[in-house]
Amino acid sequence: MKILVPIKRVIDYNVKARVKADKSDVDLANVKMAMNPFCEIAIEEAIRLKEAGTATEVVAVTIGNKSSQEQLRTALALGADKAIHIETEEKLESLHVAKLLSKIVEQESPELVILGKQSIDSDNNQTGQMLAALTGRGQGTFASKVDVQSGTVNVTREVDGGLQTVALKLPAIVTTDLRLNEPRYASLPNIMKAKRKPLEVIAADSLGVDLAPRIQLVEVNEPEKRSAGIIVEDVATLVEKLKTEAKVI
Amino acid sequence: MKTLVIAEHDNGVLKPETHKTMTAAVKLGFDVDLLLAGENLAAMSEKAASIAGVSNVLVADDTAYAHQLAENVADLVLSLSDNYSHIVASATTTGKNFMPRVAALLDVAQISEIIDVIDADTFKRPIYAGNAIATVKSLDTKKVITVRASSFDVAAEQAPVSVSAIDSKGSVGLSEFVSQEQTESERPELTAAPVVISGGRGMQNGENFALLNGIADKLGAAIGASRAAVDAGFVPNDMQVGQTGKIVAPDLYIAVGISGAIQHLAGMKDSKVIVAINKDPDAPIFQVADYGLVADLFDVLPELENAL
Repeated sequence: MKILVPIKRVIDYNVKARVKADKSDVDLANVKMAMNPFCEIAIEEAIRLKEAGTATEVVAVTIGNKSSQEQLRTALALGADKAIHIETEEKLESLHVAKLLSKIVEQESPELVILGKQSIDSDNNQTGQMLAALTGRGQGTFASKVDVQSGTVNVTREVDGGLQTVALKLPAIVTTDLRLNEPRYASLPNIMKAKRKPLEVIAADSLGVDLAPRIQLVEVNEPEKRSAGIIVEDVATLVEKLKTEAKVI
Repeated sequence: MKTLVIAEHDNGVLKPETHKTMTAAVKLGFDVDLLLAGENLAAMSEKAASIAGVSNVLVADDTAYAHQLAENVADLVLSLSDNYSHIVASATTTGKNFMPRVAALLDVAQISEIIDVIDADTFKRPIYAGNAIATVKSLDTKKVITVRASSFDVAAEQAPVSVSAIDSKGSVGLSEFVSQEQTESERPELTAAPVVISGGRGMQNGENFALLNGIADKLGAAIGASRAAVDAGFVPNDMQVGQTGKIVAPDLYIAVGISGAIQHLAGMKDSKVIVAINKDPDAPIFQVADYGLVADLFDVLPELENAL
């Protein structure tokens, strides 16, 4: 089977985002960027399915400006067979991304699409579910285990209160949770090899998707600062303060 | 203009997220219908009718909705959508699962995890793990919204309104429920508890989490964990508080042996009072803590239990 893995270039997860002075957005100039952590898990899962003989081809796809090809090269170095870059300078919403990806699903007809459950920049947690809706496929979100059978895939999902397992008809859409796997690092020889793997570039405008904004970003603010706390000497003082000052116990 | 809220429940009990999401929905300013989709809902539908702000309770009682599979619930909500300008659910794993599917089927964007309602089109929501708050305006005619329940109060009670059964759309046949594994707990639910005590990597192992039990018992607290503690296998993942786990905002949050990484802070920094117990005086958790105690947790925890 063929697996499609959409990935996203985002701010590195260790970097604390700063709001621009004019409140128009978060400042991403000169900030370290990386592959979204949940997307790394998606790539890893696809590669493992290939290593297990379940998958025959892994295709990585991303949507974004020219720089996002760096993350595609990373995906190729990790073991993806080919990459597709949908090029756009626009800042797209989840619905746009899902629509563009549905065109790639049409073109590539993968039996399984594995995405991260959310990107750590917009924190939307929407694209996988939207892609499932647009392609008329079943969805296994927040996956902590993926078990491909003939014609179906069993997905164990991390839900509030525990775990739930669902069986989806293939073709299907899966989104990854943190505990699905531990992503590998790319080795230097594989990074070199990745440079020769095919990378197809498609202009987003050429896919016939309406990319007009549906959400207007009015402004972006710093979260309310917490007032500075105090360091207490011992447990007795702590309990005393919680009782009489904070009045929470 | 009317609002449809999809209730969060486990087929037996309405979850507190439903009552908090109702508060957000009422702020939109329109009549609110509450949809219960599930199985054997008779007892629960009466309770739902008494949540302040509900105009009508719609009950879709069918095996197809027993486990609230996204494919089936989204199909049901879509069939009702003509009557509503706003469709709202809580940002639980259930709501997060089916709502974007509804939005895409309606060809509208979704506004995820709102923490405030400015007006019927404009909302506030956290981005970048809560390091920025975006004010966003929906340009779609229909709004599909998920609500961060911890940011809203529980709706009061009212005299019960009418309850009506609606037709099931059945299963769309894309998915089937296989099994469910619940984490057993007699403590309050993490997301609803007034007090939460969480352990991190500093707890060293799973057995040491028992040190939190006595304190949790005395405070009526839920026990949480950092991602480090979950990844190390100390505790199950549904105890995780953070950007990728649960978002909590209790009256009191006690962080024990937790350094305070961005990812963790995203899940608890709206708590009213934060206490940090950590032996590293430079741990970032002290920057958000109202009360900090620089000490070894293994000395402090028994002492704290005795002092309560």
